[in-house]
Amino acid sequence: MNATEAATAVGSVGLVTPQRIAIEQPLPLDCGRTLPRHELMVETYGTLNAQRSNAILICHALSGDHHAAGFNSADDRKPGWWDNCIGPGKPLDTERFFVVALNNLGGCRGSTGPATIDPQTGKPYGPDFPLLTVRDWVRSQALLTDHFGIARWAAIVGGSLGGMQVMQWAIDFPDRLANAVVIASAPQLSAQNIAFNEIARQAILSDPEFHGGRFYDHGVVPSRGLKLARMLGHITYLSDAAMRAKFGNDLKAAPTFNFDVEFEVESYLRYQGQSFVDRFDANTYLLMTKALDYFDPARDFDDHLEAAFERTAARFLVIAFSSDWRFSPARSREIVKALVDAGRDVSYALIESQLGHDDFLMPIPHYHDVMRGYLHRIACAFEAAGDGVSA
Amino acid sequence: MSLRPDLAPICEWIKPQSRILDLGCGDGTLLDYLSTHAGVRGYGLEIDPANVARCIARGINVIQADIDFGLPEFETNSFDHVVMTQALQALERPDEAIAEILRVGRTGIVTFPNFGHWRVRLGLIAGRMPVTPALPSRWFDTPNIHLCTVDDFEALCASRGWRILDRHLLSRAHREGVASRLAPNLMTEVAMYLLEAPAQR
Repeated sequence: MNATEAATAVGSVGLVTPQRIAIEQPLPLDCGRTLPRHELMVETYGTLNAQRSNAILICHALSGDHHAAGFNSADDRKPGWWDNCIGPGKPLDTERFFVVALNNLGGCRGSTGPATIDPQTGKPYGPDFPLLTVRDWVRSQALLTDHFGIARWAAIVGGSLGGMQVMQWAIDFPDRLANAVVIASAPQLSAQNIAFNEIARQAILSDPEFHGGRFYDHGVVPSRGLKLARMLGHITYLSDAAMRAKFGNDLKAAPTFNFDVEFEVESYLRYQGQSFVDRFDANTYLLMTKALDYFDPARDFDDHLEAAFERTAARFLVIAFSSDWRFSPARSREIVKALVDAGRDVSYALIESQLGHDDFLMPIPHYHDVMRGYLHRIACAFEAAGDGVSA
Repeated sequence: MSLRPDLAPICEWIKPQSRILDLGCGDGTLLDYLSTHAGVRGYGLEIDPANVARCIARGINVIQADIDFGLPEFETNSFDHVVMTQALQALERPDEAIAEILRVGRTGIVTFPNFGHWRVRLGLIAGRMPVTPALPSRWFDTPNIHLCTVDDFEALCASRGWRILDRHLLSRAHREGVASRLAPNLMTEVAMYLLEAPAQR
């Protein structure tokens, strides 16, 4: 099936054109600096109703972007990263909801980030781009919300690092979202998580082509470091069982007794690493992993997560995957426990899965049933109030 | 909305606007009824994925967890009522589960099929493991591993100091007849208890 066929298939949002939205208000950041203005790349799917009550915001994970569904051109080989979940008749049903996906500030897919030209120097920001926190992203997304004239999101949805943004939204802007859907996430990183991130960063920082983050000025990219970082990441996104099932310990040919690619898994990791280098910015990768490491909403509340959640007003849906060891179900249970202790409305679904952390992107039937049922009820609420898309 | 007859007596015990935890909440029928009719707020614990999806679709707070594993996560006295219907006999350690129920809830509501019922006894006299309307599984495929009688249950409560605040001993038609009052251990098919931990009074 090519993009043209897929775009006209049932359930696809079809061809989408990304928009660049300029946020002209200054954005104060946790690091103490202020961005006078910034730009965000955004895609939207579906129609915003007259009351603006049917909007859903999608927060992306570490390497995600604004292209969550559909195709940007007829030549695209693959649709957006969450196309199996967003579209007509899909769990995030674009016949009923207006879905907004963005590339976060600091990203490398068109939003203001380290590769953007700094107007003061005429050169890319590089290492001068401020390090960001999840809270900064949420503040930036709140300004984007104002841009769309949306007072309150029907739901904010995100997986992994995206789920952290959802939690931060619920804590920082309790009256601006009705529902919070937190998927395969964690209330803060474990030492093991931070350790993986640190190795990924060291791989990039120690690449001679990194040039202290000013590699743009040298016309190179720290491809070896970025590739290594991505290879390491990929191991943590997959379960041991999934890797065994996918690659076993199969040799591609007879042993050659050297360090060329010999095993299937080596070939896979090198391919994943290389294709990442072609589409991702090393400074953005560093920034994203730091935002992950810094995330800890309980820190401002004497390490009491339930105290942080006492500020929330949204209903929560928390989803975890049985084979995910990067953000294991036990981490989601911590979120659920804190929400219960805070007396908040929360449901928790544990999805039986095989792949690992990456399962949050897969169309697993129980997972999509849970999402569909939860979102259907939200849509029924505003449609009963006469706020349907056609109303 | 009319309520399943086996759940109706439970609702009499539940105070309006209270906070409840329903262990093994199934598709959320009881919580749905109580939130609509009594303004009750709470959560269900459920292990079956299809039931979890049904609860979520009807707007009931449900937490996908095992009773044995999930209960310890709840804070002491964090609910007015903790309800467990028809699950006691399937638990690894029913006694520990009830102790946990009475720790987490101010009161506990526990229901179970009475293994002392005359139909069960008749089955055993005939030399076979009983299969009755209240206990429809056969011995090799039953989830029930810790069956007890009304007398067994009350003896356990007495030995642990759990107070029985009220009870309903029901026949198959979910009625409290003269017979189950005269010979409760023989005539009760479904037993329902409202319990309280001793220290909390």
